[in-house]
Amino acid sequence: MDLIKVTENAFKKEIDFPKFGSGDTITVSYRIKEGSKERTQNYRGVVIQRKGTGATETFTVRKISGGVGVERIFPLYSPAIEDVKINKRGKVRRARIYYLRELRGKKARIKERRF
Amino acid sequence: MAGLIGKKIGMTSIFSAEGKNIPCTVLQVGPCVVTQIKTKENDGYEAIQVAYGNKKERKTNSPMNGHFKKAKTSPKRKLVEFSNFKKKYKLGDTITVDIFKDDVFVDVTGISKGKGFQGVVKRHGFHGVGESTHGQHNRLRAPGSIGASSDPSRVFKGMRMAGRTGGDRVKVLNLKLIKIIFEQNLLIVKGSVPGSKGSYIIIEK
Repeated sequence: MDLIKVTENAFKKEIDFPKFGSGDTITVSYRIKEGSKERTQNYRGVVIQRKGTGATETFTVRKISGGVGVERIFPLYSPAIEDVKINKRGKVRRARIYYLRELRGKKARIKERRF
Repeated sequence: MAGLIGKKIGMTSIFSAEGKNIPCTVLQVGPCVVTQIKTKENDGYEAIQVAYGNKKERKTNSPMNGHFKKAKTSPKRKLVEFSNFKKKYKLGDTITVDIFKDDVFVDVTGISKGKGFQGVVKRHGFHGVGESTHGQHNRLRAPGSIGASSDPSRVFKGMRMAGRTGGDRVKVLNLKLIKIIFEQNLLIVKGSVPGSKGSYIIIEK
């Protein structure tokens, strides 16, 4: 068996939030330490990519904050992530939707996926 | 120093108890076979020669084949001498990762990745000219002067210049041991280790 996987499994943290992919709108509850205090911050935006495999997998969430685009990269297995909620399933044709960076306002909308 | 031979498997990252993301390297260490015991009377110094990595008997020359037969083992690729083991070993014994059980830090030796012919900026960390305008043309990564003129009329020995880079034996000291997985003989250390994936490395306490 792949020995890197053996190592990663030895440290693996179980994730209990639903599967999501690029185009989905999600809210990430992220634990932040400020001095000795700890609080949870919610970060809501569109997933524009998932990158990497195994324990080093990350995802990028983009949102528009005060008219400025903000992108944040989260490690998928980070212990600071408390929860991930899916707000909307998006219908996109590619795995990495970088084209969203050039779009503003109404054009930056993503069609919702219906089941 | 006591140690073992192993292989670099690759890198990954783990989260510590404080929630920090730690880069770490996975090493497969041993089990190594004791192929010779050097003693003060015979060889003038005390050491244990250990071997690692299987090799075909057909590809091994006969003196070495005889050497491995003495230890009652199959031919191996790498032979390294270590000393100051805690336990006494006999010819043909196997040594496993268990010897690192109580250690906090290890040293790792490997052959660094070859980079080919490189300039002084990459090879020696020179800063180049520093400016790309103000009259500079194609001198951005140049070394500058390599010495004075008619006195001494030569370039001093050891002047740092461009050339073959990498492929050297490099030892990294005091890498923190994060975990040992005994079933697969894996050693997980914090930080990077010289060499490519699958290359042989020497791990010392």
